[in-house]
Amino acid sequence: METAATPKHTVIPFGPQHPVFPEPLHLDLVMDDETVVDVIPSIGYIHRGLELLVEKREFPEMVYVAERICGICSFIHALGYSQAVEEIMKIDVPPRAKYLRVIWSELSRIHSHLLWLGLAADAFGFENLFMQSWRARELVLDIIEETTGGRVIFGTCKVGGVRRDIDADTLNRIIGVLDGIERDVRGICEVFIKDSSVKHRFCGVGVLSKEDAMTLGAVGPMLRASGVAYDMRMKEYAAYGDLSFEIPVETSGDCYARCAVRIREIYESFSLIRQAAQKIPGGEISIKVLGAPEGESFMRLEQPRGEVVYYIKGNGTKYLSRFRVRTPTFANIPPMLHVLKGQELADVPNIVLTIDPCISCTER
Amino acid sequence: MADEIIRITKDELPAKVSSFMASGYRLVQICCVKDPAGKEPAQRLEMNYSFDRDYSLSTLKLDLSVGEQIDSITPVCAAAYLYENEIHDLFGIRIDGISVDFKGTLYKVAIPAPFNPAGESSKERY
Repeated sequence: METAATPKHTVIPFGPQHPVFPEPLHLDLVMDDETVVDVIPSIGYIHRGLELLVEKREFPEMVYVAERICGICSFIHALGYSQAVEEIMKIDVPPRAKYLRVIWSELSRIHSHLLWLGLAADAFGFENLFMQSWRARELVLDIIEETTGGRVIFGTCKVGGVRRDIDADTLNRIIGVLDGIERDVRGICEVFIKDSSVKHRFCGVGVLSKEDAMTLGAVGPMLRASGVAYDMRMKEYAAYGDLSFEIPVETSGDCYARCAVRIREIYESFSLIRQAAQKIPGGEISIKVLGAPEGESFMRLEQPRGEVVYYIKGNGTKYLSRFRVRTPTFANIPPMLHVLKGQELADVPNIVLTIDPCISCTER
Repeated sequence: MADEIIRITKDELPAKVSSFMASGYRLVQICCVKDPAGKEPAQRLEMNYSFDRDYSLSTLKLDLSVGEQIDSITPVCAAAYLYENEIHDLFGIRIDGISVDFKGTLYKVAIPAPFNPAGESSKERY
């Protein structure tokens, strides 16, 4: 592959094992002194070929594979797969199941963003903020474990609905716990947003313009931080059509803007869970699925990291023809490489982390 | 506007993509489908190029015969290079003119074109 490297340049391998990276991502940084001239990514370190498992797993079982693409984005992977199959098979999921899916999706988003907040803080040495964020995240994981049986892999979404219910008493108690968690999280995030050290490290760093964000295919907080109000939840899948929320948007396009967008998304997620808990109807949580999918579907959802696309193609048998996942980090790699060029080496970890890369998702 | 699927030929692809990009669409994904699915050798390959505007997805579909080459859309859509490299590495499709070409080294796979085992070997190409 041709690069901008010359004999004067140094190439620094960054990753796949690096203290600031939560997952293995390899970047060869072509350096001119302390400035990044070019970036050559190398992915595939944890490529598992999960998409090919459709040849060996029947379509109801593939939801287990989908939710194991990534531990952080687990539930929404299962949701996207299930919804794609349901669209092909014209399955009408019970309303209660749709609300439960929203509750677990937003709990997923909160725990993912808190995980990212801690990692981003740890990347520039703010270890106390890292610990406080993950302490708050533990409380969210406790709720997830209580309602699903698992902290990371929920195992609750299936084609036709969900496997578990949350009774009214548990739901009310969870809302009370979430109120306390939200108070803690707001306190933590206020420090993050107003701290001068954070601003010094993040403001004006890794700027992605609105035009470049659109041209390079950025999605999620990376796109919204550059001034584009785009969120797949506006397509009103699951029960989102019955709930109201704002799309957080910033315009400066730098690392600080990406952080601010995610923090505001955490607050919106708390609001969405409360609304869903208030409006959730009674009734069944799943319906029996008969037959096999025949046809194709492009299903798009909003993961914590951005737009995720599921392409499912069925041929009327119990094994799918194709299962394709385009994850948000995969789409955000080209803009990430673009903003890294011209930056200082010391800013590379911060820029990469404000993209919130999920390499398990990227490589599948 | 509802999602749509548009069947095109390989020759129509650059113009269609240019038209989309000029109209404010953004690239969503590019994927390849092997027909027939499973372990049997491919008889044809289907390429899907999906673009979005205002939450509506427009997908360009075109068929390739086994061993057929296709030109890259990166001259008009810069974000496509990662998808095209992935399709080359996993399906063995020869895509010419990719702006950032990893020459078969994007994915470290044990066998060439693992999603299309009878496909063109990336090692033979480079």
